[in-house]
Amino acid sequence: MAEATPWQREIYRVLKAYDVKQVAYVPDAGHAGLIDLCAADNRMKTVVLSTEEEGVAMLAGAWLGGERGVLLMQSSGVGNCINMLSLPRTCGLPLLMLVTMRGEWKEFNPWQIPMGQGTAPVLQQSGSLVFRIDDAKDTADVVDGACRMVFEGCAIGAVQIGQRVIGAKSFGR
Amino acid sequence: MTMDRARAEAYPLRRREVVASLIGQRTDLLLVGGLGAPSNDIAAVGDRPNFMPLWGAMGGAAMIGMGLALAQPSKRVLVITGDGEMLMGMGALATIAVKAPGNLSIVVLDNERYGETGGQTTHTSARVDLCGVAEACGIRVVGKVVTAAELEAAKPAILEFAGPCFHVIKVKAEQEEMILPPKDGHYLRDRFRTAVLGAEAAKL
Ligand SMILES: Cc1ncc(C[n+]2csc(CCOP(=O)(O)OP(=O)(O)O)c2C)c(N)n1
Ligand SMILES: [Mg+2]
Repeated sequence: MAEATPWQREIYRVLKAYDVKQVAYVPDAGHAGLIDLCAADNRMKTVVLSTEEEGVAMLAGAWLGGERGVLLMQSSGVGNCINMLSLPRTCGLPLLMLVTMRGEWKEFNPWQIPMGQGTAPVLQQSGSLVFRIDDAKDTADVVDGACRMVFEGCAIGAVQIGQRVIGAKSFGR
Repeated sequence: MTMDRARAEAYPLRRREVVASLIGQRTDLLLVGGLGAPSNDIAAVGDRPNFMPLWGAMGGAAMIGMGLALAQPSKRVLVITGDGEMLMGMGALATIAVKAPGNLSIVVLDNERYGETGGQTTHTSARVDLCGVAEACGIRVVGKVVTAAELEAAKPAILEFAGPCFHVIKVKAEQEEMILPPKDGHYLRDRFRTAVLGAEAAKL
C-alpha cells in the first residue's frame, strides 16, 4: 500500500462527491496513493489496463451504461489514447482524465520529454479541455472544477498534475 | 509463418446467418458492434436502440463492452467484432480476464481478413489463434466455432453462461451487401442510454 498524500486524498474525496464509480488506470508512481484509496473502496470498480486507450473505450461503455468514471495515467499515456479519444468526442460522452506529469520541470529522463511536452497540445487537438495543478493546495478546487465541466457540462477534460506537485523523480541523485 | 488466403474461403458458416442466429430480434442484449462488417451484419438483422455500432475506435470494442458490463451487471453485454479489430486491442483480453465481468461475452467473426479495407489477410490467416490468447489470459469461457453444429452448441455459452466468454467464429471470407447502421454518435448515444436507463438517460 502506498501512503496517500493529502492532495491524493483530496482527489479521492472529489471523485466520491461526483459519484465516480469506475476507475481505470495504467499505474504511475504519482497516482499510487490514489489508486490504493480507490481499490480499497468497494463502491468503486478499479481496473488495471494493459494500455491507456483501453480506459478511454471502457469509460465510454461505462457512460453508455449510466456510470461515471475516471482514467488515471501518466503523461506518456496520453499519446496512447489519441485515436480512441475520437470515440467520446464523436458520441458526446463525458470523459475525465487525471494525468500525472513527467517530461517537464526537473525531468531527468529524456525519454519522457517528448510526450510530457506534447501532453497539453495533444489533448487540446483531441478535443479535451485541459486543467492544471502546479500547487498542491489547488488540487480540490481544480479537480472539482474539472469534474463539474466534464460530468455536468458533458465534456472531455484532463487535469495535468504538475511535477512540482508530485515531486520530480531522481533515482537517487 | 505463411498466411493461408484460401482457407477462409472454404469455411461453411456465413456471417450474416451467424449473427441472425445469435441475436434474432432480442432487445434485452446490450450489443456493441465492431467497426465495419460486424456492425453491418447486426444492422442487416435489424437496427435497434440497444445496439451501439462503431464506425471507428478500432481496437476498442471489447473494452466498451467491459465498461458497459461493469455498469450494468444484470444485463448481458454482447460484443460482436472482427478479427482485425480484436487484434488491434488484444491486450484487452488480459484486462477483461483479470477483472472478469460475468455478464460480458465477446464474439469475433473471424474471416481471416481485413474485409473493410480490401480483404488483406490478418494474422489469423497464419497460425495466430485468438482463442489461444484468450485462454492463456484466463478468460473463463473460451470457444472456437467452425460448423453449424458447433454454433448451436456454443449458443448457450455465448448468450447465457457466466463469463467472461470469448468465442471465435470462423466465417467464410465474402463480401456482403452493405447495410449500414446509423452513424451519428449523439443519436446512437441517446437512443442507447434511453434503452438502458429510461428517463434517467436525460440526466447528466
Ligand atoms: C486505427 C485504425 N486503423 C485502421 C483503420 C482502417 N480499417 C477500418 S475497418 C478495418 C478492418 C477491420 O477488419 P475486421 O475487424 O477483421 O473486420 P472485417 O471487415 O474483416 O469483418 C481497418 C483496418 C481504422 N478505421 N482505424
Ligand atoms: Mg476480418
